[in-house]
Amino acid sequence: MKRNTWQEYQKEVADDNYYYLRSCIRQNFFPGSEKAFVKIIRDELGRNIFDDPAHTSCTGIGYHSDIVLHETIMTVVARQFSLMQDAGLENAAVSCITSFGIYTEVLETWREFPEVEERIRENLYKATGREFYKPRNLAHTSDIIFHHREAIRDRAKYLLVNRRTGEPLRGVEHIGCHYAKIFPKEGIGGVEFPYVLAGMIEAWGGTVVDYPERRHCCGFGFRNYLVQANRGYSIGNSQKKLESMAPYKPDFILTNCPGCGMFLDKWQYTIAEIEGTTYGEDGKGIPVLTYEELAGLVLGYDPWELGLQMHQVDVEPLLNKMGIEYDPAAKYLMPNGKYIGRPAQAAVNMGVE
Amino acid sequence: MPQFGFSISQPRAVNLDTNDFVPAEKLLRELPELQSCIACGSCTATCTAGNLTSFNFRKVHTLVRRGEYREAYEQMDKCMLCGKCRLVCPRGINTRAVVMKIKRELGDYQR
Repeated sequence: MKRNTWQEYQKEVADDNYYYLRSCIRQNFFPGSEKAFVKIIRDELGRNIFDDPAHTSCTGIGYHSDIVLHETIMTVVARQFSLMQDAGLENAAVSCITSFGIYTEVLETWREFPEVEERIRENLYKATGREFYKPRNLAHTSDIIFHHREAIRDRAKYLLVNRRTGEPLRGVEHIGCHYAKIFPKEGIGGVEFPYVLAGMIEAWGGTVVDYPERRHCCGFGFRNYLVQANRGYSIGNSQKKLESMAPYKPDFILTNCPGCGMFLDKWQYTIAEIEGTTYGEDGKGIPVLTYEELAGLVLGYDPWELGLQMHQVDVEPLLNKMGIEYDPAAKYLMPNGKYIGRPAQAAVNMGVE
Repeated sequence: MPQFGFSISQPRAVNLDTNDFVPAEKLLRELPELQSCIACGSCTATCTAGNLTSFNFRKVHTLVRRGEYREAYEQMDKCMLCGKCRLVCPRGINTRAVVMKIKRELGDYQR
């Protein structure tokens, strides 16, 4: 008998015609990532993607910190689907892992309790006069980059290979908890074998680091972070991961969740300031990238156009290893040439003995 | 150093790679009958101190075997040495001697 076990770990991702649902926090943390995603999908791959200025935050952070009600967030999600209907599209492309978790949770709630869906339809109609259909395909944007990874490889200008030694670069992949830990069937590889980021690293010439705390949470955890006094728990989780991965000498960390990318980056600075500990080469930090930033680098985009100067840990060591040509003097210049200011020197970038 | 308003909270997980097992091994050498413990919990069930506080002799035994001495030592202050646990132990372990040994040997690990 043919074994179908692996079918449960596959996920269908639409090939074209995406309705783009942006993230509220990613545009602050990684300001070039979403722009790079649209550019890759539209200009490099020639696909249709609608970037709708009318859609809103999914309110997921408010929901997870108990200030937005379940019924409210479901109605907000219903409005996004209604806007997608207006655009005549059926494939939702969600940029944020928190939002992706929210959309999957809402759709699953409606599947399980059709009466709730009816109530939300009524709420939306009363509030806005709108109606909606559910997406035919719901994918996180990392799923979409994964889906097109070979096409990106075909257009690659740089690969994840150490230019000096010819060895593949070692990448740590970290997947957001809300990607597939809530509803495993919604993620590529499910919860046990998530392959979405590992597949990108391997397709683009790198090698994936397997380390003991690979599936540990980054520590964001919403209320762990939102209350200042609780942040010790958040940073404790990140430290546990960083200590576990450091012996494998990773060249970069790749994330698909805004919280993970933010905290694995910023907490390296904080740990260096509090304890004087760093985890990368030469006593410096390990660069942290989003999948769009990594795809952009592979495709030869300018690192400063990708917004890499906004990262806490300097990315130059990775750029140098990949052999990417860049202008160090342009790091803190806006596209119009205006100087945006240089951050104060930090231990994580100067190197700790 | 900048003031962040928080510090790094260490996990409460037991790390067997870093714990020091020499005192636990010494205790087991001196009171070998402790190795015959079947963790039945009779000592805890009959404990006078356990009725009044959260004292749990079986938990203390586990803590010592894992090398978590500080909490074990602190817990021992609750024992009144009444010896009822010794009467009910199906393996005849000299539990009172264990208490006294922990109090003598593991004081260095207190806060």
